[in-house]
Amino acid sequence: MTTAAVEAKNLFKVFGRNPGQAVKRLKAGEPRDQVRDAGTAAVIDASFRVERGEIFVIMGLSGSGKSTIIRMLNGLHDATGGEVLVHGEPITGIPAAKLRGIRRERIAMVFQHFALLPHRTVAANVAYPLELQGVGKAERLAKAEEILGLVGLEGWGDKLPSALSGGMQQRVGIARALAADTDILLMDEAFSALDPLIRREMQEQLLELQHKLQKTIIFITHDLNEAMFLGDRIAVMRDGRIVQIGTPEDILTDPANDYVEQFVQDVDRARVLTAANVMERPGSVSVTDAAGPRRALRTMRDARMAAVYVTDRSRKLIGMVSDRDALKLVRRGESSLASALRPVPQAVGQDDVLMDLFVPAAESPLPLAVTDAEGRLVGVIPRITLLTALGPSTTETTEIPVILDPVPGSVIDEALAGGAVDGPATEKEEVR
Amino acid sequence: MGGFRIPIGEWAEAGVAWIRDTLGWLLSGVSAVVGWFVDALANGLLSLPIVAVIVIFAALAWVLRSWRFAIGTVVGFVLILGVGQWVTSMQTLALVLVAAIIAVVIAVPLGIAAARNDTFSAILRPVLDLMQSMPAFVYLIPAIVFFSIGVVPGVVATVIFALPPGVRLTELGIRGVDSETVEAGHAFGATPGQILRGVQLPLAMPSIMAGVNQLIMLALSMAVIAGIAGADGLGKEIVQAMSTVDIAKGVEAGLSVVILAVYLDRLTGALGALKTQRGSLLGAIARRRAPKDARVSTPTPAPEPVGV
Repeated sequence: MTTAAVEAKNLFKVFGRNPGQAVKRLKAGEPRDQVRDAGTAAVIDASFRVERGEIFVIMGLSGSGKSTIIRMLNGLHDATGGEVLVHGEPITGIPAAKLRGIRRERIAMVFQHFALLPHRTVAANVAYPLELQGVGKAERLAKAEEILGLVGLEGWGDKLPSALSGGMQQRVGIARALAADTDILLMDEAFSALDPLIRREMQEQLLELQHKLQKTIIFITHDLNEAMFLGDRIAVMRDGRIVQIGTPEDILTDPANDYVEQFVQDVDRARVLTAANVMERPGSVSVTDAAGPRRALRTMRDARMAAVYVTDRSRKLIGMVSDRDALKLVRRGESSLASALRPVPQAVGQDDVLMDLFVPAAESPLPLAVTDAEGRLVGVIPRITLLTALGPSTTETTEIPVILDPVPGSVIDEALAGGAVDGPATEKEEVR
Repeated sequence: MGGFRIPIGEWAEAGVAWIRDTLGWLLSGVSAVVGWFVDALANGLLSLPIVAVIVIFAALAWVLRSWRFAIGTVVGFVLILGVGQWVTSMQTLALVLVAAIIAVVIAVPLGIAAARNDTFSAILRPVLDLMQSMPAFVYLIPAIVFFSIGVVPGVVATVIFALPPGVRLTELGIRGVDSETVEAGHAFGATPGQILRGVQLPLAMPSIMAGVNQLIMLALSMAVIAGIAGADGLGKEIVQAMSTVDIAKGVEAGLSVVILAVYLDRLTGALGALKTQRGSLLGAIARRRAPKDARVSTPTPAPEPVGV
């Protein structure tokens, strides 16, 4: 097993009079509230591995210890117990000068309220980590300008931070962290102080940057939507303990305990909003049964889906057809979808509350089908839409990728062009 | 109850005598240096042509604040000249400036230390309270014992009296620096010294300058007491006016103190907020050099999210 970018082993952090004793008692199994006389336990027995190049989200409500954990990862807080390894090297219990070196070279951080130096220009702020690394002035300002370009702030280098909007200031914060050229990026509620529209934009921008730069990012948030949107894996924290670590799907479909379940479910909007409130038009993922396999395949290709819903003339949902089945029909030269129809595994009523949509949405290979009382397909709900609807933001989202991976467009094109069975396509399919 | 007596006064007297006898070399050294600085500054101000001094003061006023303040400065100092208090005013100004510089040099490091160390802060606080609330005349007595009559005990008493706001506002300013910004310094691997110089002091500067402003005002308010100790200047004039019930002289000297006070207050107040002084020459230069408001003359349009 390769060394993890960051590894936390049985981390404890207790603030108060007798932290050592508190840790001992917590290890012996006493609950957090009973050791309050010895100190306030902010983090209890937290262990996790963050692999290189992944976005690891630590999610929890305020007071759950997530901000304390992230500050232990770069030594801003000393660990009361346990160990933090960065690329296999311990950073707990090392001399201050060595720790500063690791912070300069290995771990950069982005802060909730940006934490820019108001008396320095944007470029000088971005160049700050380089200045601390001892890089010469001309070189670091050139680098700062380059990084500002990367976050979309070309030409703003000579402004003061106060001349920038919140979203732009946080881009400066991100640029500063990128300028340090560390492979690990800690982001402490980095987008929480921004308004919802800007927040979504920044999240998308972060994913784009991550696609280019492949950093290891540890992201703290209290926002479920944000965690689900950004995280490759998510750690859910409660009262100082990590209660579950898993992919967004794991957290959504298989909550480790009632708390996580509540976290996923107990959002008021989930009880209020119905499927009809959030669904999108079904046009791009459905065809009528009269359309035939070629049309179905084209629809799938355009929507980048592995399957489509099939409705009858009155828009009643009668089933779904997968791309592989449709491909076979095309190759066999059949003109009806009827023989390839499969039952729709998950369809929900338009009046179902969002709370009841999680499981179907997670299991459905397509955006969740929403039907009315007569069983007509009235809309679909991609998973992201469902998650977005839960949060405070009502930002519209686009189509989401599906779980099944679609047949490559070229194969479909060939099949469509060639009509009946043709050798190479079949071969290709077998190879796959 | 008749026999009950705590002889704090005697202890203090014994302590003062001990310091005078054992640290005499240090005291006379301090006395010589401080006395030399005050005299040199006063002589310097008085040896220049009066017009030149007024022009310099007015220029400072314009550079740091505004042309209106510069005109006010000229009017004020001409008034001082007109009531015959020019020489005494320059002597007082020299005393106040030297005392203020000494006080700042002591107060700012103390304030920094207090901001970094809670124990030191807790110890320092009652000492500062004592310095501020003890009637100034009381520490004038040992000061005269140590330094004999003249300008030096005046400076010493002034420094002690003026020190506390400088310490307090420095501590407050540094403690008030946004903790996340300080954390950012740590997170990027800055040393404590780099954080102090690069983050804490610059961000605390408005508060520190407010402290310096308060300190100078308090120093000026000590001018009269310095006069009692025998320092030449407006204080001495006022003390004399009081003892001879000379209303005319008292009013003229008092007015001169007020003019000096207003001048120094506005000048040091402007130091704390240079960027907001729209009329100041420095501000105008800075604005000309930097591009105007971001939205008006930005070289690139508002940035779109990267990539796409």
